[in-house]
Amino acid sequence: MAAPKKDTLLDWYRQMVLIRRFEEKCAELYQQGKIGGFLHLYIGQEATGVGVVSALRDHDHIITAYRDHGIALAKGMEPRRVMAEMLGKRTGTSGGKGGSMHLADREKRFWGGHGIVGGHLPLAAGIALKARYLEQDEVVVALMGDGATNIGYFHESLNLSAVWDLPVVWLIENNGYGMGTAVERASGQPELVKRAIAYGMREGPRVDGMDVLAVHEAVSEAIAYAAKHGPVLMESLTYRFEGHSMGDPQRYRSKDEVARYAEGDPIGRFRTYLDGKFKNVLPELDEIERQVQATIAEAVEFAENSPEPTYEDLVSFVYA
Amino acid sequence: MTEKIITIREALSSALREEMLRDERVFIMGEEVGVWGGTYAVTRGFLDEFGARRVRDTPISEMVIAGAAVGAAMAGLRPVAEIMTINFAFVAMDAIVNHMAKVRYMFNGQFTVPMVIRTTTGGGKQLAATHSHAPEVIFAHFPGMYVAVPGTAYDAKGMLKAAIRDDNPVLFVEHSTMLQRRSPVPVDDPDFLLPIGKSDIKRTGKDVTIVTYQKGLEWSTQAAEMLAQEGIEAEIIDLRWLRPLDLEPVFESVKKTNRAVIVEESLPMFNVGAEVAAQLQEQVFDYLDAPVKRVSAMDQPLPYAANIELMALPDAQKVVKAVKEVL
Repeated sequence: MAAPKKDTLLDWYRQMVLIRRFEEKCAELYQQGKIGGFLHLYIGQEATGVGVVSALRDHDHIITAYRDHGIALAKGMEPRRVMAEMLGKRTGTSGGKGGSMHLADREKRFWGGHGIVGGHLPLAAGIALKARYLEQDEVVVALMGDGATNIGYFHESLNLSAVWDLPVVWLIENNGYGMGTAVERASGQPELVKRAIAYGMREGPRVDGMDVLAVHEAVSEAIAYAAKHGPVLMESLTYRFEGHSMGDPQRYRSKDEVARYAEGDPIGRFRTYLDGKFKNVLPELDEIERQVQATIAEAVEFAENSPEPTYEDLVSFVYA
Repeated sequence: MTEKIITIREALSSALREEMLRDERVFIMGEEVGVWGGTYAVTRGFLDEFGARRVRDTPISEMVIAGAAVGAAMAGLRPVAEIMTINFAFVAMDAIVNHMAKVRYMFNGQFTVPMVIRTTTGGGKQLAATHSHAPEVIFAHFPGMYVAVPGTAYDAKGMLKAAIRDDNPVLFVEHSTMLQRRSPVPVDDPDFLLPIGKSDIKRTGKDVTIVTYQKGLEWSTQAAEMLAQEGIEAEIIDLRWLRPLDLEPVFESVKKTNRAVIVEESLPMFNVGAEVAAQLQEQVFDYLDAPVKRVSAMDQPLPYAANIELMALPDAQKVVKAVKEVL
């Protein structure tokens, strides 16, 4: 694969930093009681999200579960409208009706943001069926956590995609834990990608999910394969630095373990890579950091000053 | 307009066929819809006529049958998914209730879900408890979707065509023991559509209002004939849709008859009758001359043995008895 150009790499860096700072701000606003409901942060998994989204071709689709902020931002959804959704404002991407778990942008072919574990997997199959049915060269990338591989939806959706040769890249974001249960405690075959064998589908790689370049390359290959031949199952081995959701006491893992992974912080690693590859790039990266901070500040201001939903919003869009 | 007497099975089949001919985006997916020809033979011949692209056999996987139809509908197709019996729809409950019915609202109208799930309901076939339900009312609990319960060939055809053309998700419930029932249906009108969410007065009468649907329509019609011989004129209102639920004709009828009996095959707790009775007391309390009566299955699982299964289900005699109690 041709190495991406400097501009592209710096944009990936920008996206990763944007996600990180956005999530840190969300945590703060949650503590202040300004964000309600569940809040699942993407901190630690930025390389996976940005690597996956950067691999999509213009007409490809993406769908994910409830840990969806990173995908939304990488897809280019406006940070201020995403933040407004967090705050339950009518300017939010779902008009304040969906919240943190239900971000989507139909125009950008980002199909959500879904709160029921595994519930979006058959939707991915259906979107891919549309592409096959209309003979369109489109691939659906369906992200899921490792926990989702043990629900019936996973089995039914992967099997159907194999039987119908659907163009789907099933991508497990394996962050080691389904809520507080370690993969080894939840799966008879903890090497999750091996399940591909059972469905007679392409067994993709277990890619280093903390390396944005590696994720980008592996997903690009998987998309090319899926477009031609049908479904692929692959894993991105990653780690979430925060709890499952806000308020998770994290009794299931040690502080040492978290600290060990933090040493391999995907943003730090990418920064080191860029520093080695391009001369005098650090000031540029710092400038990106400043711009991101300004974007976040503007997003929060926009969200805080946005109007709340009205009665008309409450009752709209129940039916077509 | 030419009418022909056909069965509910033929009505469903012709509705599906006409809509597939009309709109390339309409396709069928489900267990045994293709090679087998449909377990109730509704899609017999479809595979030959439309090919495997548009008549898609699935594995025994109700969660993904319903869920993939939702995804395909969101993406712009118009799936008609078949879940062999409503008993198996329980397996797909999350896909139907949490995704099919809510995805539009939760994303503030970004997505439209133009799809139909066809399924069959009903007991009375000695299939024992897990296969003998008429639980469609459960699905009527949820806004964001519609529930169709046709009881005649005429209704089945016009309602299914309307359901396929509508942009909202519809659970289309057919009664497995009524597929051979016949009635006159327009045959040369490819745009024969019945409105979504309109009930229908199937028989007029002045003495009592019977509110019912599907199998209950059959029991109520038999009961009305028996009552007529005794000079009692029952008015029968066929709901046809459990959601949207159209009770205006029921209120008007009760203003005239001052008495109401609700007849259905579902279980008695929290059923259609409970909803209708509640709305009657809210809307026409002053017109009621007697308590509203309900006739339903007994509050317990259905057995295998034919004699005790029938004991647990409603029938015309039970309807007659209930009517006499309110007169």
